[in-house]
Amino acid sequence: MSVTVQDVEHVAALARLSFTPDEKERLVRQLNRILDFMEKLKELDTTKVEPLSHVIELSSVFREDTVEPSYPPEEILKNAPDRTEKFFKVPKVIR
Amino acid sequence: MVASNDYEAVIGLEVHAQLLTESKVFCSCTTKFGSEPNSNVCPICLGMPGVLPVLNRNAVEFAIRVGLATHCTIAHRSIFARKNYFYPDLPKGYQISQYEEPICTRGAVGIEWENGTRNTIGITRIHMEEDAGKSIHDISADTLVDINRCGVPLIEIVSEPDLGSPHEAYLYLHAIRQIVTYLGICDGNMEEGSLRCDANVSVRRKGETKLGTKTEVKNMNSFRNVERALEYEIKRQIGVLESGGRILQETLLWDANQNVAVSMRSKEEAHDYRYFPEPDLLPVVVDDAWIERVRKELPELPLVRRDRFVEEYGVPAYDAGVLTEEKFMGDYFEAVCASLSARTKDQFKAASNWMMGEVLRVLRDTKIPIGEFRVSPKNLAGLLNLIADGTVSGTLAKEVFEAMLESDTPPREIVEAKGLMQVRDEGAIEKIVETVIAENVEQVQKYLDGKEQVFGFLVGQAMRASKGKANPKLLNETLRRKLESLHTAQRPG
Repeated sequence: MSVTVQDVEHVAALARLSFTPDEKERLVRQLNRILDFMEKLKELDTTKVEPLSHVIELSSVFREDTVEPSYPPEEILKNAPDRTEKFFKVPKVIR
Repeated sequence: MVASNDYEAVIGLEVHAQLLTESKVFCSCTTKFGSEPNSNVCPICLGMPGVLPVLNRNAVEFAIRVGLATHCTIAHRSIFARKNYFYPDLPKGYQISQYEEPICTRGAVGIEWENGTRNTIGITRIHMEEDAGKSIHDISADTLVDINRCGVPLIEIVSEPDLGSPHEAYLYLHAIRQIVTYLGICDGNMEEGSLRCDANVSVRRKGETKLGTKTEVKNMNSFRNVERALEYEIKRQIGVLESGGRILQETLLWDANQNVAVSMRSKEEAHDYRYFPEPDLLPVVVDDAWIERVRKELPELPLVRRDRFVEEYGVPAYDAGVLTEEKFMGDYFEAVCASLSARTKDQFKAASNWMMGEVLRVLRDTKIPIGEFRVSPKNLAGLLNLIADGTVSGTLAKEVFEAMLESDTPPREIVEAKGLMQVRDEGAIEKIVETVIAENVEQVQKYLDGKEQVFGFLVGQAMRASKGKANPKLLNETLRRKLESLHTAQRPG
């Protein structure tokens, strides 16, 4: 399996990123190198190994359902690239 | 020419229910609705780098509850996954959801049709996830984002494609709403968005076993809209097929103002969510003890309760349906019945009639839920007791009821204060009857000449003369007796 320019364009579109043709070429090469390494890992026989979703051998860490104070809206909006008095502001996403 | 009878619809619903936890699913911000924009937000639900979500125990508890109520298998181990997509109201760029190992799988929900027939609809899965924030497009030239709702716990209930018509989908959604509100895990309010519903719809020729290409219909924010949107979409798909076209797999948004479903985006990229296990959250392990405890605490569910009402209280199936529509309504009815001095089916039926008539009318007119109804079950039962023992007439009972709405006073006190007690004094009733006979000579003569219908008129006059307070049975008997004696007196010979 190898990555094509089309794959890079597809993933880039999903991530809302745009690249120049040169950058796309570079990403194709880099992603393929990663996949080549995965091929190497595949040499290992894992048929008897359960798929792993988490590396920590812990489960069911819960918090109780209690409310703690939130942050003041001013703090929350502080890093916003753009805002109104109370809202985050982004370019219109629907017509 | 569309031969729609040759086609059948195949519908599956995805229902999202906001859970009634106090705090959000992965952080301690409040879930309260209607706060100032961006005031119930912290770095976790804002998706700042480096924060760690920690799962709310109650969200899991509620998911187990709904899973058991819909006969699902509860997974002993389930995991969270990241569902990746870009939208401004999803600050992390992914929604924490469950994908490969959801908490509940393979269940069933019973639905009941208007004619009383029942069938079950399969549940594929129920999983836990977090809600997104809110994008507001219509108050400025830009899109404004409020993160308050971000991280409010949701469950998504996915049905099998078992629904064969828009109305069946409606009944199923109704059943789901009833179950989640009975369980107390969701307020079930579709208009406010605490219950939301998307549909997968396809059509195929009858007899065809392969499924047709499906479309997804979203934004149906009321029960009525669900039925209308599905009807629209089924008709549209049949139209496309009949004119030789092909159904495109796409997402449609229901526009309730125009009554049309508008294509939202092509499916091509939209469904590429690139799920992968959420590394920030540990697997959720639910042991048998937890499951069994929740099972024991489950309330009686709507259809079961409905059957019991018919059986135990002898009320008609339709009445039982109305009384069990909401949990509080059924609770109220049972509390009234428990306070009746005569626990007979006649009295239960009287209680049911009052609930279906007067109580429902007041709730409708004042738009208050039964949970906030002013009159206590004990006092309503007290009123029914007063009717049953003849202290107050059915007509005047309504007047007492009106007074009870003002202040939840025991009905006996109202009856005494207002002097609404039924007149059972034979002497007093005799006097009233004599006056009525004296004042209606012409009508009395008609009766004596054999016009039986006039009797009703005379009873009405006498009742009015007593200001509605005469005991009807006594009044009837006295009037009949007096008229009979006049008859005898007039008989020739």
